[in-house]
Amino acid sequence: MKRIYVNEKWCLGCHLCEYECAFANSGMTDMAKALKGKEIHPKIRVEDGADGIHFAVNCRHCSDPICVRSCIAGALSRNADGMVEIDKNKCVGCFTCVLVCPYGAIMPDADGHAAQKCELCTRNLCGEPNCVAHCPNRAIVYEDRG
Amino acid sequence: MAKYVIIGNSTAAVNCVESIRSIDREGDILLVSDEKHFTYGRPLISYLLYGKTDPERMKYRPDDWYEVNKVQFKAGVRATKIDAKKKNIELSTGEKVPYEKLLVATGSRPFVPPMPGLEQVKEQYSFMTMDDALKIGKTFQKEDNVLIIGAGLIGLKCLEGIRGRVRKVTVVDMANRILPSILDEEGSAIVQKYLEEKQGVEFLLGDSAAEFTGKNAVTLKSGKQLTFDRLVLAVGVRPNVELVQDAGGECNRGICTDGTGKTSLPDVYAAGDCALSHDIAAGVDRVLALLPNAALQGRTAGINMAGGTAVFDKAVPMNAMGLFDLHMITAGVYEGECYEEKADGKYKKLFYQDDRLKGFILIGDVARAGIYTSLLRNATPLSSVDFEMLEKAPALAAFSADYRKEKLTQRV
Repeated sequence: MKRIYVNEKWCLGCHLCEYECAFANSGMTDMAKALKGKEIHPKIRVEDGADGIHFAVNCRHCSDPICVRSCIAGALSRNADGMVEIDKNKCVGCFTCVLVCPYGAIMPDADGHAAQKCELCTRNLCGEPNCVAHCPNRAIVYEDRG
Repeated sequence: MAKYVIIGNSTAAVNCVESIRSIDREGDILLVSDEKHFTYGRPLISYLLYGKTDPERMKYRPDDWYEVNKVQFKAGVRATKIDAKKKNIELSTGEKVPYEKLLVATGSRPFVPPMPGLEQVKEQYSFMTMDDALKIGKTFQKEDNVLIIGAGLIGLKCLEGIRGRVRKVTVVDMANRILPSILDEEGSAIVQKYLEEKQGVEFLLGDSAAEFTGKNAVTLKSGKQLTFDRLVLAVGVRPNVELVQDAGGECNRGICTDGTGKTSLPDVYAAGDCALSHDIAAGVDRVLALLPNAALQGRTAGINMAGGTAVFDKAVPMNAMGLFDLHMITAGVYEGECYEEKADGKYKKLFYQDDRLKGFILIGDVARAGIYTSLLRNATPLSSVDFEMLEKAPALAAFSADYRKEKLTQRV
């Protein structure tokens, strides 16, 4: 399965992926209308570390995802391809997934009542990860690495 | 004859079945449960009363789960005895069912200490099962004054569920603070204040029921007298160990298992809230009645029952708890040196000792808490990470470049 991988060396820390993620999941087609003046809640986050280190983090779609094991509602599952998905209709926002994800890659959504996570843009208009498509420096890529 | 017999229909049982099926697609599985419901997320019962879910959405797995996993489900039937020599179990129907491998995932039940006069109270409830929640949902009225005995996780999740449905809730606990199993004193005080001020809850702590003096009245140890319309007993739980214990299996408050989920009885496994775990934070074996723990134990037992190899001997006490809109995430033990941050609506404590994170408490801001949990679970030497950076916020930037390469540039 194709997943998103990080090339830390090439990340400029521009945070564009965060905006592209928020835009992709806004359901809107005009980026300015979707994002301007709004607080964004992207499912990918860029970390800015010491010594000019930057890199993006989103769901790793683990082979044995501890978030899926830990979900009290059965709202998280791994689909046939291996992608970890969330059924927001079942999620009650207990955030046990936030407690267990070792990457900090699942988080409360905008209104704080359910969890949200990267689903590789399979459930929005993009179809393929919008963050990767718009990364100016190929610091995140969408590839099958086994 | 069923190759695999599973007693229980909740988290440990479901994860066990799925793990058996990851190895053995065909071996017959028989699942027995005294609850009639389709498998549901047990901790969701408070969210049901709170209005955040409903019985349909509470289903822990898709509608075709039993068929897809080829599970024969005997619902509403209780297992009454294990004959470990003959390798069969006896059911409440009188039927005897032989097994090759048996999983005991019997969970726990509410514990009610002897309280004089309690038998007079007609309107008494416990809060453990879907049926308990449905009954409360049906009977509690807008005008009711409710008394909850127990300010632990169960009592307070019940409080959250019923607060909007009744006139007043009073919580009594023998301990002098709320949620003592997951918070330190200061954290308890913050959450208590929030519940008092924002939700109008009355707490009577360091006190307990001395005697029920009528069907709606109680006198506390302090001498204080209270009346109530409904009583919820959330004092504690006891693991259901009797099936294994009576069959001669080793138990010590919970059912003893080795790291593979095996009990001391041949071909009998145990998982979930009835079984002990090895708590790596406290360094002792104890029951960790937590859903993720039940899932991991069930998975481990299932793999081993089907002939695979799996070990789970690194359990971590941890909790994600929300009360109304206040979220808290906690893990480990609160020993050693402490880093703390307190600001309006946020409270954070990290406990560390001997170059390891021992525990943490986050109230209000719980973002990326799992990074802290992973430090605990992996017993990561703090000298190998930038702990000063981690104190401020959980971040992968605080880990080595090699760690990030391993986690972010290949499949994990």
